[in-house]
Amino acid sequence: MNAANPSIQLIRAQWLNLLRTPAYTLPTLLFPVMFYVFFGLLMLRGQSLWLLCTFATFGVMGAALFSFGVSIATERAQGWLLLLRASPAPVSAVIAGKAFGALLFAIVIVVMMAALAAAFGEVRLETKQWLGLAGVLTVGALPFCLMGLALGLWLSPNAAPAVLNLVYLPMGFLSGLWIPSTMFPGWLQTVAEWLPPYHLAALALDITGAKTADWGHSLAVLGAFGLVFAVMTALGWRRLAGVS
Amino acid sequence: MDKPVVAECSALHHDYGSTPALAGIDLTLHGGRVTALLGPNGAGKTTLIHLLLGILSVQRGKIGLFGDLEPGSASAQRRIGIMLQASGVQDNLTVSELLTLFASFYPEPDSQIGLLDELDLVDLADRRFDRLSGGQKQRVLFALAVVGRPDWLILDEPTTGLDPAARRILWRAIEARRRAGVSILLCTHFMDEAQKLADHVVVLDRGRILEQGTPDAIRRRVPSDRILARTALPPEKLRTLPAVQAVHAGEDRTEILSRRGIDTVRALLAADESLEDLEVAGADLETAFLALTDSAQSEQEAA
Repeated sequence: MNAANPSIQLIRAQWLNLLRTPAYTLPTLLFPVMFYVFFGLLMLRGQSLWLLCTFATFGVMGAALFSFGVSIATERAQGWLLLLRASPAPVSAVIAGKAFGALLFAIVIVVMMAALAAAFGEVRLETKQWLGLAGVLTVGALPFCLMGLALGLWLSPNAAPAVLNLVYLPMGFLSGLWIPSTMFPGWLQTVAEWLPPYHLAALALDITGAKTADWGHSLAVLGAFGLVFAVMTALGWRRLAGVS
Repeated sequence: MDKPVVAECSALHHDYGSTPALAGIDLTLHGGRVTALLGPNGAGKTTLIHLLLGILSVQRGKIGLFGDLEPGSASAQRRIGIMLQASGVQDNLTVSELLTLFASFYPEPDSQIGLLDELDLVDLADRRFDRLSGGQKQRVLFALAVVGRPDWLILDEPTTGLDPAARRILWRAIEARRRAGVSILLCTHFMDEAQKLADHVVVLDRGRILEQGTPDAIRRRVPSDRILARTALPPEKLRTLPAVQAVHAGEDRTEILSRRGIDTVRALLAADESLEDLEVAGADLETAFLALTDSAQSEQEAA
């Protein structure tokens, strides 16, 4: 009788893959932190808390989108997903492994930024606020994981990084993650309020006391966004099986 | 007596949009033997395999595996080992890590040490898959297919790109599985491989089964002679000679398939005084395969 648990083995394989791909892991972890250092700690020192919340949102969103989007598109093209689907592998563990990976990245990004903010940005929060910030951003990464998964199932491996960047960077900017949306012209502020990263950042800002948020409204927007991409994921999966 | 049936397909159709890939396949695959699935590119072999594995959903028709199991069901998947032409693996894992991963999918996996030894992979166990040669990768993919000790092994072009020594290692491993009673579906473009390994051959073309039977029966069913010669005549002229079924211009010599070799050779000698290197042989499996698929193409073009 086989004692090895296939789900644990698959999740382990996903993590080994991440650890052995520094060309992906290091930029994903360091890119948003570097942005925070430039904007939040060097250029706009008075906005360190605000920009901690928005750049951490930017970081966890990127980790979620790219962990799923690029890797699923690549694994689909190289036939790894095909082999797993044809064998008695628990394919849900592939998704779970990537989700754990994205959430771990989210936590690492938030912790690195929080440490920098506390050390060099004079950001002072209570313990429960630090934990709340890490918690909301980690859980809030899930709708973006679904978006990455859906795009990974629909895009080719060559198109995936370009399309994801095309979504990630403008959506981050337009949601006020780089520059507070209050500095936008009125019409652009209206656009920002329709975008999911704006609402995740709003929850982070509320937890840290930087700005109050309408939790019901923001959670509804994030939930609806996640639902749309859950449907796209289901359709993408059916497409793989040749169901028209 | 026939062994138990591992797969039964009836009236199987599959389309990609408006393009038909399978156009009514009725096929019974019996256990305990090697069945070679032959066909030119685009014949529908990979589609058929993907349907048997449940990777593609059945659009029309029916497939039953091991009696009444659905393709893609967990019960069926646990009994099948697969090596797919288009499959890759997470290539920064080592050979040993991949084997451990795949062994975990099956209830009673084979010994990894024994497999590594059998496939000459012992020294490569700790090497990452992306650092292996093409032949080594194929052997690892075969090991992943058999590590679960499957009842049925599906191999899609397992020896493509292998050197002769590596091919022989895989052939030995396939024969060992057959001797152990494993049923094998072997999809290949190498006729010598089918001739050597297969007990039963299925020839597929344009989504239909053209012929099936033992390799010898397939050979005998095609009353072709194979004529090889260096000739100055162009293929279109050769096709007008008596009894000619097909002409394939090679780099060195031209191959002519003929229903009555003696008649064709007489006409060829009369038409080409510069004829050289003439050789006439009975049909082998490759000749039979080419004759079958060529005549199917001619019939379709005529229709």
